[in-house]
This record gives sequence, C-alpha cells and structure tokens, in this order.
Amino acid sequence: MTFTPHTDSEVEEMLKAIDVKRIEDLFQEIPESFRFPDLAIPSKLTEIEILSELQEIASANATTGDMPCFLGAGAYDHYIPAVVDMLLRRSEFYTAYTPYQPEISQGTLQAVFEYQSLICSLTGMDVSNASHYDGATAAAEAVILAYHFFRGKRKKVLLSRAVNPQYRQVIRTYMHGYEDLQITGDNQATSLESDLETIKRQIDPDTALVLLQYPDFFGRIYDYASLIDAAHKVGALVAVAINPTALGMLTPPGEFGADIVVGEGQPLGLPLSYGGPYLGLFATKSRLVRKIAGRLVGKTRDIDEQPAYVLTLTAREQHIRRDKSTSNICTNQGLMALASTIYMSLLGKQGFKHLANLCYQKAHYAAQQIDKLDGFEVVYKNTPFFHEFLVRCPKPVSMINLALQDYMILGGFDVFEDYPELENHMLIAVTEKITKNEIDAFCETLEKVTHD
Amino acid sequence: MRFPKELKFEKSDEWVKLDGELATLGISDFAQNQLSDVVYMEITAESGDTVSKGDTLGTVESVKSAAEVVFPLSGEVVEVNEALADQPEILNSDPYGEGWMIKIKPSDPSELEALMDSNAYEKYCQER
Repeated sequence: MTFTPHTDSEVEEMLKAIDVKRIEDLFQEIPESFRFPDLAIPSKLTEIEILSELQEIASANATTGDMPCFLGAGAYDHYIPAVVDMLLRRSEFYTAYTPYQPEISQGTLQAVFEYQSLICSLTGMDVSNASHYDGATAAAEAVILAYHFFRGKRKKVLLSRAVNPQYRQVIRTYMHGYEDLQITGDNQATSLESDLETIKRQIDPDTALVLLQYPDFFGRIYDYASLIDAAHKVGALVAVAINPTALGMLTPPGEFGADIVVGEGQPLGLPLSYGGPYLGLFATKSRLVRKIAGRLVGKTRDIDEQPAYVLTLTAREQHIRRDKSTSNICTNQGLMALASTIYMSLLGKQGFKHLANLCYQKAHYAAQQIDKLDGFEVVYKNTPFFHEFLVRCPKPVSMINLALQDYMILGGFDVFEDYPELENHMLIAVTEKITKNEIDAFCETLEKVTHD
Repeated sequence: MRFPKELKFEKSDEWVKLDGELATLGISDFAQNQLSDVVYMEITAESGDTVSKGDTLGTVESVKSAAEVVFPLSGEVVEVNEALADQPEILNSDPYGEGWMIKIKPSDPSELEALMDSNAYEKYCQER
C-alpha cells in the first residue's frame, strides 16, 4: 500500500467521471484574483520586533472591555467569572479529544453528564445531547431530526420569521440536499406583528416541524402554548430556539409543550470571540431520544458499587451504526460545554435567576430612557420583552453606529439587511454588565450623534 | 441454536414462514445470538406498503451494533408486530415465535423457492 492518496490515473478517472478537464477548473467559482494570490510577506524580523509589530496591530482593536456593548442579536456580552477560564485551562480538559474509549475518561463523562442534567433542568426537557457547534446548527439538526422522525413522509417545515435570520440561512444550507423538503413560513411579506397567526394558518398534516424562537429575534416574549397545541393536533413536532439566560425567569419550553429545544449556549460563560467557538444546545422529550445525534451519558454503579459514568446512548453514531450512521457530532463542543457547566454551577439556581432579572431590569430601564429621546421610539413596547428590544431611529443605523464608535460605544444590530421593511431600526441588547451610567451616557450620545 | 424445519431462510439471516396466503418474517436464532442483547427494534415498513425483496424492513440495535433487516420477499405488508417497540428483548428470547416482525402477502412465489431450507441455512451458518 502506498501513501499516495491518488495516482495520476485515478485523478484522471475522477475528473472524467465529473466531466472536468483540469483540477484548476474546480475552483472557477472563486474570483481569479483570489485563486493563487501572491502573498506580500515582509522580510524576517527578530522576536522582539515581531512582538511589537503584532501588539501594534492588535491594539487597533477595541474589545467589549474597552467599550460598553449594546450589540446582541444572538450572541451576548455577559460577565464571565475568572474561575471559568481558570478551570477550563487545565490541560486535562483542553487537550482532550472526544473520548473514543469513553469509560476510561470518567472526568469527561462526568462533565458531560452534569452538562446534560443542567440543560435539562434549564429547558424542562427530558434529555440533552452533548452539544452541537452553535445555535444555528442545533436548529438545523432539529429539522433533520423531524424529517427522519416522519421518515421523509412529511415534507413541510415552518420557520417563524422572528427566528434569527442566520439560523434560517444555516437550516437552508444544511437541508440543501433534501430536495423534497419545503422550508417555508418566513416569507418576507409576512408582517412581524402577525407572524404567529400566519404560521398557525399554514400548519397542516404535511408539516413535520414548526420552529419558533423564545424570546424571539426581537427580544419579544410570546405565549406559544396555543400554537404548539395546533401543531400537535396534526401530529407535527415543535422546536423552540431559546436564549438560555432568559430561562432564568421564563417558563421553560418543556412546560408548554415543546418537543425539541435548541439554543445558542454562548451566553453561558463563553466569550464573544469573533463568533466562535460557541455551543449548540439540543434537548428533547423522551420519545425522541433515539433520534438524537451525539451522545447521552448516564450515571450508574461499577462492580465495586462506586458511582460510574457510561455512554448510555449513541443511537446515530458511526461506532454503533457503521455505514448507516447519520451523525458524527459525538461530544462535539466538549470544552465549551464544560465552560457552560462551570458557569451554571457557579451561579447556581438563585444566581442564575438574579442574573436574568438584572438583564431584564436594565434592558427595561434602557428601553424607557431611549423611548423618551427625540426621534427614537421603542417599537414593540406593549409586548413583553427580555433583554433586547427594537428601536426606530431618526437616521440610518450604520451611520449612528459609526458615530457611536467615536464615543467608545458599541451600538446595536442593524436589522435592515435581514428585514427590508425595518429601515433605520436598531436591535439593542442590554446585559448585566452594562451600568446605569453607561445606559444614560448611551442615551445622551444617541441624541448627540443624531441631532447635530 | 435452532433451525426449525418449516422455515425458509435468507442469506442476510431473515426467516420466512408461509401460512396460506401470508408469509411471516423475522430474524434467525443465529442472528439474534450474533447481535447479543437487543435494545431496540425500529420497524420502518408500514401496513399497506408495497415492498420489493431487499428493501429495508427496519433496524435492530443491540448493545454491540445496529443492523438492517431486509425483506426476503416482495409483496404487500399486512401486519407489523407493534409489541417489539416496547419489548425488543423478545427477539433474543423467542426469535421464531413472539419475535416475528412483519406479515406480508407475497407477490412472487419464485422468490420463496430461491430461499434456503433449514438444512442449507444451518450449514451456511456453521461455515461463517
């Protein structure tokens, strides 16, 4: 056996099979100037020189430690207690790969077990897997699960338009090959006020899954019970995408009928860090347990009657299902799941409730103050919201945000690109890290940069 | 290991018992023994389905692995053993009786002829 993966004749044969002349032709999609660029690499430097150059480059960035952050839209700037990183940076944890001889790694299994238990109590669900990449891919996995649950016989998936637009994009990417599956419900023409009624009307016996967000993308909190009932009446499954922090004060989806809960775990002690690595939360009711990707860890006793942790279920993984496996997600974001476990354990039940309440109160104070500003209006002020809210601004959000940077303030999310009817609308998030002084300064600055 | 005389067998370890117009299907004693403790049986075929020989009937999962079960005959599915969903261990304790999986109305008698009789299957198992 040679270590050459492909001989010239094999390459030839493969190219012929797909009707392509040269390997280079496969890269036609990439603009030519980016295909084989000349890299302008400067000449060598000493370690002292390179360090100072890199520090200079890095100092051009401002972090959320330097400026208050009102940007959310799915990832949130919460305080991360020092002990999270301190424990996480133990080499036993951060060098470990997914345990292929799982029972030998009792520490890792215990961490996964604790993580799964915490996610179940937070969401009110029966089982949680050991995580997905992020909230968006967890949402896509809910669609895959629902499709296979009905063995491909139900061909419709309904997405609320108030689900994070990025989640909806990732779902469509993941489901690209499922040609008979119709992913719909989030039509641009649907008004964001009547989104839920529109979804409800479209539920029929061909519906496999309805996906809702809680609180929704605009921070709004709705009672989904009757919508979920309507879906269950025709046998459809319902997935709810959550913000875990909000569950410190809201009724968990498991208590109002959700079959699947997905979510972005980043708020649970993970840094914003340019968008990753994050943590995809995924939990279901017991009846779907065999359809879950990844691993479930259980607690038992060994022959000496000592507590021991085992892989209880890996129903879709390759080591049990061989060539028929439909997932290789395994323990996935193990280190991130561990970080969230440390974070949740540290806060405890009361601390977590307190955290949610702080976010809620501060956001409501901010909304009240901003609503008073000349030219600004909080859009859904009669709908309950958690720690994020939509504001109509007197000028384009991109301009306001640029001006705010001069005052060292990171403004909110410009929703215009994803929701064309919402020109000049900013989505503002407030976490426990933001002080009252910072909110007041934010308001003053908003007024200043829009009325000069 | 039991190889009942009245049954016919497929190479992929399914058994067939013809009873008038209907054929009952399941997996053999040899198969359940190889799988060891069965923890889950998912039958994906439903009553009324028209199936061809070789189509997937379902998946049987044991503590060791998961295996596909296929139809050894073409025909129309008449009945599914719902009890297996809650008590998959019957496949270990009584593979030829309570552990039956599906009843079908065969559409091609020649397929039945092509299956192994119990002697041939026993020999086939010993050689593996």
